[in-house]
Amino acid sequence: MAAKTDQNGFVAALLNPDCPAPPTLRDPQGGPAGKRFDVYRNNVAVSLTEALQVAFPVVQKLVGAEFFKAMTGVFLRQHPPKSPVLMLYGSDMPSFLANFEPVSHLAYLPDIARLELALRQSYNAEDQNPINPNALQSLAADRLMVARFSFAPAVRLLQSEWPIHSIWRANTEADAPEITIASEDVLVVRPELDPVPVLLPDGGARFIAALQEKSSFGHALEKASAEVEDFDLTATLGLLLANGAITEIHDEEIR
Amino acid sequence: MLDMSPHPFENLPNRPGVGYKPQHFSDILKDARPVEWLEIHAENYMGDGGRPIAQLKHLAERFPISVHGVGLSIGGESPLDPDHLARLKHLVGWLNPASFSEHLAWSTHESAFLNDLLPLPYTLETVARVSQHIDQVQETLGRQMLLENPSSYLAFAESEMTETEFLREVSNRTGCGLLLDVNNVFISATNQQTDPCSYIDDFPLENVGEIHLGGHDEDHDDMGAPLLIDSHGREVVDPVWALLDYTLAKSGPRPTLIEWDTDVPDWPVLAAEARRAADHLEQISA
Repeated sequence: MAAKTDQNGFVAALLNPDCPAPPTLRDPQGGPAGKRFDVYRNNVAVSLTEALQVAFPVVQKLVGAEFFKAMTGVFLRQHPPKSPVLMLYGSDMPSFLANFEPVSHLAYLPDIARLELALRQSYNAEDQNPINPNALQSLAADRLMVARFSFAPAVRLLQSEWPIHSIWRANTEADAPEITIASEDVLVVRPELDPVPVLLPDGGARFIAALQEKSSFGHALEKASAEVEDFDLTATLGLLLANGAITEIHDEEIR
Repeated sequence: MLDMSPHPFENLPNRPGVGYKPQHFSDILKDARPVEWLEIHAENYMGDGGRPIAQLKHLAERFPISVHGVGLSIGGESPLDPDHLARLKHLVGWLNPASFSEHLAWSTHESAFLNDLLPLPYTLETVARVSQHIDQVQETLGRQMLLENPSSYLAFAESEMTETEFLREVSNRTGCGLLLDVNNVFISATNQQTDPCSYIDDFPLENVGEIHLGGHDEDHDDMGAPLLIDSHGREVVDPVWALLDYTLAKSGPRPTLIEWDTDVPDWPVLAAEARRAADHLEQISA
């Protein structure tokens, strides 16, 4: 009776090229599997690298294709997917980049990875109908101040010390404006089926974050205005409504 | 009168289908001929919404859909992932596809998903484990599944039976149907230095609910022997078309799919491969 191949040994050799293939794996003549086992090693590394190339095109562009490939070789061994649903693979990429010494000079890289993750989460998020933009205008001022909002599942808020929106544009658009060093906050929205990262005015992220935490409109406005004196409420509300980011108004007076 | 209500397609027709790629969406809606059904990878439609689900709903109104799983790890030593099984049940539940199939392979180990179809030794112990997992899948989904023969690059010293004996036994025990990948048969036979026609002769063709065709790459092992690699990145080669004819002559026409997953070509190239499959199917029916 021949020895059994267990899947522990198979996986150890699969992920570590220095670890020999299990001795029970054979070629047609009964010799060791050798290069035949490497087909599986190669399939795993290549297919997961491709998944990460699709997931993080801007990170790849910023570090270069060759470097990215080598780096994903390290990443996928430390963080293999935890689920067969690869559309969300790579959630550990921002923290990996923050601790990966060879890219420590690119301090904005983890936030770019966060933005790319948010775009993918948004792309696959549940569909929900936005409110009619007029619904807000027709609300009396006192009612508006106590109202709370629900956001579309496709909305993602990112706050960064780095100009992530400008960097993202410079690497995805042909005629993107020049990058100036400044902190940038981004709201990922999905007006139709394609997610779009929108640059928020100063204080906008504070306002939206408060609303997402179920603060009332009035309370959220206070927080944003305390942070930014000339907080542009009209611009912030305008981009929330134009992009279908709000799905429900909870008006306590009516309920 | 035009009936716009969605109608489930109960079976895949014995006609050509292709693996669906989103870049072909508008080509398919314009004129899919000769393609009459589509296959999707289950895992690509397990998001909560957005464009992938919207496209799939649109296509499912017009074409019979085959859901082909690549991540269930039916041959895994650990229990099936209950979360993944629940996602699959949800997809199959709302889509009500004409067919569901998975692979004789494993891909998950201790919660790490390795994204490849890894091989199994053909032993009674493996038969028992795979059969138990298939029972669980069929009970959860409330329908029969098809199990696909793998492409193999190596053999296990402990194997006690041939692959066809293994598949026949699993199919007998569980009542599952089989998905016969003719390209995989050709790849495995070349790599194991056996005769692909004898494999077809030994295969329980009466249980085959679908046939797969695809392209492969050519390499060599350490001894210089040919080593074919299942890549789904090019046209089906002539010996595989010949093996399809050999199979169809014995089985009769079956739903026949072209798989093209890497270096995906423009629609006319894929449609031409499907046209070729249609010619082979019509030759049999004639």
